[in-house]
Order: sequence, then C-alpha cells, then structure tokens
Amino acid sequence: MSVKLEVNGSIKEVDAADDMPLLWVLRDVLGYTGTKYGCGMAQCGACTVHLDGDSVRSCQVPLADAVGHKIVTIEGLSKDGMHPVQQAWADIDVVQCGYCQSGQIMSAAALLAKKPDPTDEEIDRWMKGNICRCGTYQRIREAIHKAASMKEAKK
Amino acid sequence: MSPLSRRELLGSAAGLVIAFNLPRRGRAAQMAPPPPPATDPNAFVHIAPDDTVTILIGHSEMGQGVWTGLTMIIAEELDADWSKVRVEHAPAGVQYFHPFFHMQGTGGSTSTRAEFQKYREVGAMARDMLVRAAADRWKADPAKLRTENGFVINGSDKLSYGALAKAAAKLKPSEKVALKDRKDWKLIGKATRRLDTPEKITGKAKFGIDTQLPGLRTALVARAPVFGAKLKSFDASKAKAVKGVEKVIKIPTGVAVVAKNFWAAKKGRDALKIEWEGGDPVDSEKQKAEYLSLAKTDGDKVVAAGDANAALASAAKKVVAEYDAPYLAHATMEPLNCTVRIDNSGCDLWVGTQFQTLEQMTAAQIVGLPPEKVRVHTPFLGGGFGRRGSPRSDFVAEAVAIAKIVGKPVKTVWTREDDIKGAYYRPAFVHRVEAGLDAGGKPVAWKHTIVGQSIAQGTLFEKMIVKDGIDGTSVEGVSDSPYLEAVPARAVTLHTPKNAVIVHFWRSVGNTHTAFAMESAVDELAWAAGKDPLEFRAALLADKPRHLAALKKAAGMAGWGTPPPAGHARGLAVHESFGSIVAECAEVSVNADKEIRVHKVWAALDCGSVVNPLGVEAQIQGGIAYGLSAALHSAVTLKDGKVEQSNFHDYTVLRIPEMPEVKVAIIESDARMGGVGEPGTPPIAPAVANAVYALTRQRLRSLPLKLA
Repeated sequence: MSVKLEVNGSIKEVDAADDMPLLWVLRDVLGYTGTKYGCGMAQCGACTVHLDGDSVRSCQVPLADAVGHKIVTIEGLSKDGMHPVQQAWADIDVVQCGYCQSGQIMSAAALLAKKPDPTDEEIDRWMKGNICRCGTYQRIREAIHKAASMKEAKK
Repeated sequence: MSPLSRRELLGSAAGLVIAFNLPRRGRAAQMAPPPPPATDPNAFVHIAPDDTVTILIGHSEMGQGVWTGLTMIIAEELDADWSKVRVEHAPAGVQYFHPFFHMQGTGGSTSTRAEFQKYREVGAMARDMLVRAAADRWKADPAKLRTENGFVINGSDKLSYGALAKAAAKLKPSEKVALKDRKDWKLIGKATRRLDTPEKITGKAKFGIDTQLPGLRTALVARAPVFGAKLKSFDASKAKAVKGVEKVIKIPTGVAVVAKNFWAAKKGRDALKIEWEGGDPVDSEKQKAEYLSLAKTDGDKVVAAGDANAALASAAKKVVAEYDAPYLAHATMEPLNCTVRIDNSGCDLWVGTQFQTLEQMTAAQIVGLPPEKVRVHTPFLGGGFGRRGSPRSDFVAEAVAIAKIVGKPVKTVWTREDDIKGAYYRPAFVHRVEAGLDAGGKPVAWKHTIVGQSIAQGTLFEKMIVKDGIDGTSVEGVSDSPYLEAVPARAVTLHTPKNAVIVHFWRSVGNTHTAFAMESAVDELAWAAGKDPLEFRAALLADKPRHLAALKKAAGMAGWGTPPPAGHARGLAVHESFGSIVAECAEVSVNADKEIRVHKVWAALDCGSVVNPLGVEAQIQGGIAYGLSAALHSAVTLKDGKVEQSNFHDYTVLRIPEMPEVKVAIIESDARMGGVGEPGTPPIAPAVANAVYALTRQRLRSLPLKLA
C-alpha cells in the first residue's frame, strides 16, 4: 500500500506491504539505518523509536499502525547529536560496538521525558528491555544520571 | 611435553606461517602468505591539506576500542593534533597483516600488544618524513627541527602537517627511526574518549547490515534444522508468491530466498516447504552423561608430573568434583550479514569480519578471481566475540555463493533465530577433578580430566593449535595453571569427542570453562582444608607475584576479611589468559526466588602496560557482563539434534537490572603487554559460584549456575 508517514518531522511517501514492521520500513524503504534489527520480537530494544513521544519497539509496529503518528528515530532525536542523553553518552564514553546504542538512547530519552530525575531502580526497570552484549550497562546508568543533571533534560 | 596454549602460539614473536588450504569445489588452493613487506607509513597515515589526519587501522573495531587505542599509538609518535585525527578501517592488504597471525585479522586479545611496536614505528616514520619535507622547504638540518601538535617547528617558523603532507609522501621512509621515551608520552597511558562515539550516538555509524547499494537485494537462508542434515526436497511455490520475492535458490547450506527487502525475504522463507534428511541427533542430556562417563577414564596426556594416582590414594583428604558447561551462542547484537557485489571490476564485500584475508581468499575462490580483485570493506562490527572470525569463512562463503547465482548485489542476513540455532558455539565441556590434601591441608595430588569438542580440528588453524592430538584451546587455563605447578603429583588428560555441531572461539575461548573448573576446585579445596580462600590461594601462588598482587588487590578493594552486608557473601577467582592476569571478587545475595544477584565486582588487572585506561576499564566491565550472562543465564541445548532455543526470550542474557557495580583497578607492571578484550571474562563465573557457596553452602558445579 502507498501511504504517508511522518518521520523526523518530514512527510515520506511509502509504498510497502501494510504488515511490514516499521523497523523495516525505516531501514529498507526509507534508508534510516540508525534504527537496528536485533531480534524481531520486542526482546532486545535495538529497534526502539518514538511514536508520538512514547518509546516503542518498531519491529512490532506494522506500517498500517504507524500511519498518522509522529515518528522520531535516532537520526531525528536532535539536530546535531546534542540531546542531553547523547551528550552524556559521549561524556561518559558509553558505547562499545555501538549497535544497541540507538535503541538505548531512544529509550533513555523517553524515560527522562517522563521521569526527569530517575533513581537507579527506575532506570533499571525502564531500560531492562534494551540488551547490550558488550556490557555497557554500568556506564548507561551513569550517563542517564548525568543527562538528568543537565538542565535541558528538566524542561 | 605439554602442548602450547593458544596464548603462547599467538604470542610467539617468531611468528607462525599459516598455510592456507581451502578445499572447495573439488580443488585445493594453496596460499602461502608472502613475507611481510617493509612497513609503509603511507598505508596507515593520510594527511589532508586541511591538516586532517586519517589513520587506517588494520584491525576491526567491534566494540573493543582499537579504533581509538591503535590510533593513539600512531598519533603519539606522529605528534599529531588529536582533535584533527580521524580513523578508517583499512582495506584488505598485506600491509595490514597481523604481526602474529600473518594474515589480516582481529582476535585473541592481540591487536594492541601485537601492533604496539609497529604502530609506534609507523607514527615515527611518518613524522620523520614530514620533518624531512620541512627541512627541504627551509633548507634546514632535519636534526634541528622539532614537532608539536601537528606542526614542524624551526625556531620561530612553523609548517603544518597538512602543508607538508604532499611532499612528505614522496620521500622514502627511513628504515630506522627513533621512538619517544616513555616519559615523553602525551597520549599513551592517558584516559581517552572513543573516536567512534559521535557516529554511534547519532545513528550515522555504518555496520555491515546497514550497507545500501543501488539494486541491492536481501537474502535469507533456510538452513538444516539438525546439524549435518541434507536437503532432500523443497517446494518454493508459496514463497515465490510472496510480493517482493524474486528468486528461491538451492545453495550448499540450504535454500536461499532472495527478495527486494528483508521483510519479503522473511515472509518468503516462512512459506517454504522443505524436507531434510539425516543429520546428527545430538542430545544435550545424553551428551553430558557420555562426557561424565568419559571423564572417569584417562584421555590423551596433557600434563603429567609425579604419580597422581598414588598421591591421591595416600592423601589425608580428597575432593572429587565434576563441572560442566553448555554450548553457548555468541549472540552478537548485530546479526551476521554479508553484502556482496560482483561485477566486471571484481568483487566487493561489505562485511563485519575479524578475518579480512580469509574472507578475501574465500570469495576469490568462489567467484574465480585473483584475491586482489576482491575488495573487502570493513564497516563497524556490531559485536564479534569470536563469531566473526571464522576459519571456515562460513557466512561469507554462503553470501558470495548466493550473489554469484543471483547476478545482482545481495545482502545475506541472518535472523536472531538463525544466529541462536546456527552453531559455531562455545563447545560444551565437562571437567572431572580429583584432588588430595595432606594432613596440613596442602594440595599434594591433582588428577584432572577434560572432555569436549575441539575448536581447531578440521579447520585452517588445526596445524597451529592442535599439537600431539591436544587442541590447546581445550586445555588452556588448566595446562598452564599456576595452581597445578604448586601441586607435586599432577595429571591432566583430554578426551576430544566429535559430532556435527560446529564449535568455535567464544570470548576467552577455553578459559571460559577451565577457569570455572580450576577456581571452583581450588575453592573447594580451601574449604576442605578449613582455610580462608584468599590465604589458601596465596600460599599456592607464593612464586607468582603478579597473580598474588592482582588477587590481593581485588580482595583488598572488596574489603575481604571484613563482614559483607547482611545476606551477602563474597567469592574470589584469579586467572591468567591472553597474557594478562585478572582477579575478581564478587559479592552476591540470593533472593526469595532463589535467584543469584551479583551486587558488586572488584576486578584487578595486570596487563603490563596500558594504552587507554578508559577503554581498558570498559573492556573489563564488559568482559564481566559477558561472563555473567554465561554464569547466570545462557545455554544452548539440543534435543533430537534440534536446538531448543531460538531468540532472547529463551537464550537469555544479562540485562541492566542484573549488572553489578564493577570497580576496576589497573596494576601497571613491567611485564610484556597483555590483552584486555577477553581476560575479564573467565574469573567471573567461579567468583560468583564461590560466593554462592560461602553464602549458602551449596556448591554449584554446573553452568549456568542455578540453586536447588
């Protein structure tokens, strides 16, 4: 089916099967490869994007259900990589292989939008759907606290 | 004679020439790698007129930080302006051959220690060329010039590297260049943030799976559900009816569905009807019983000193323990994939690989091209952990075979299910230890039998790793254990059963199970002797000052000897692997559901000298997390030849709530530089098991650890 999708503030024409998960629409049809495939069953969080501001696993959102919503991917989180979460990630030197980090950052940004100053327990509960095989979890916790401490996150 | 461990082999400065023998399609091709060419700094350092310095590194960035660490080494000697330094993966080429492997590759926690000297020389040679170019310009004596932060300086005059690069590149590199004194290092040894972060936090970093080309197709492969099974027949009619599916083809590893995108290929593959026949009906429960039974008999000799049987018979106290570890998948976050384009100019591969040279050779052979016509492009690797370093070039060979038939550029992608079910596992192992103490509680006898498949047998690496029938990776960590050296009567033997499940290097390789067996057994002996686990170990390690220092450091940081918080207990382990020594102390508790919670880990690492402490800390934290997944969760099991797990819901791994707070201490020593990517992993499973024993008096000998 041919539909219009709003991705990172711009309207895109998409011609794809209506059951195609948003993940593959973004990656294979629109070329937004920052959103990653890791499991295809909402187990790993690598495909996390924002749908009307909420974090969702894009591997579980069929194209038909994404129509009419505002979609934000890692490419659209900030203009210049200067979202507080991204700044904190850089400052704490979180990434290793980096493959899961788009999803980690999108989840963390959604958490801070709801909870501007989360506790360790709240971070753990919110972020447990995002797997990192390199084991960057400790620095992720630290970076989320750091981002929370930045003024911009507390608007 | 005990076999050389993999560490010793890979660490051999004399080097080993791997003779490549790739039998394929009925003919064998020999590749004896050419002798290493003289180092050409132009292959590693490109300086643009705007002063941007681009460093090409010959190793694959898969999270371990070589992108930053190796670059620091070159930039140090180059006196580059760090803010102007960029990095790229080098193409496949002899200039980038690994000094130990004699092919281009990344593994064995070797990149930094293998390249340290060479990359310093590269930086110094490039600097020397820039200085000589400036001397020509100024008609000055090069010995009177100095360099600083991207400039050559002559009194009050200075020229930027960018202004000199063109002239410098035309000069002949000097064979002998002076290297900086350690006291003059500005970058090496300084905690330095990663150079790949900006791309990786904005979604711009390109991994293999992100490769996009005009007309690119996606292929998924249906592979045998039982290892060793053969394709009998298949019906592609329903698969071909899926919109977007273009071709369904038979390939050596199964049936490939080629489509316009991943989703169509996936739906097409789901619609395939395939009949398989034969295969090896491996069953994990039966296998464990067989291994345990084999372990009661002597295998091939690995270590022998004194009369272990006699010493055991006369020992005052005996400990008999059987430890086991399951098959493990690597589960790299980026599933395996390889993009192939074959055209009149040759063949291009975009693949996250740890072995560029092997992929190049393999593709050349399948397509029928000279190797230099195969261009290997290395994007970022979304995790490697050994899986992307295959002596069989398995996933690359498959992708090239598909692209050759299809005649269009094709990206072959594995699903997570393909990855978990796709073999190349850490082999399942059983260890049986019988050890004896004298009346004073000192170990006097150690009999140890190891049972598990060989990783190297039947691969290109067999000649290098298997000696006298012993695969060094099956016994590393036992054969060279300092504890064993302290026991007068000792015997280690190995059984190497075979089956159709392909086994593979998995972060820290044999040490994943040997450290668990050794450090658990030593802990059991300490308790049997009625001694403090730290003091008992220290007595055995009296002649091993580096082990002892690491152990005492980790224990000291943990407050060993002081009471832990209520309901918590601590456990210790120390293990040497890949040239480094890591001691870990884990503090655990057990919750109402009898789940083990690891709260804190104190790790002390001696890897000789350190290039980037920030990266080293990350590797130890990550190595512990990877090891904790295996200690607490992960197992691949087979029933009737079929893998029982498929994705992260049943092949479970560590998630953030279970990540302990890990404190890392780096002990700098004058010892030869060791690796850091892997050595953090081995001690964590035994440290946790030993802590659980201290807390519950339940000795857990089976991985993953589960309380009764």
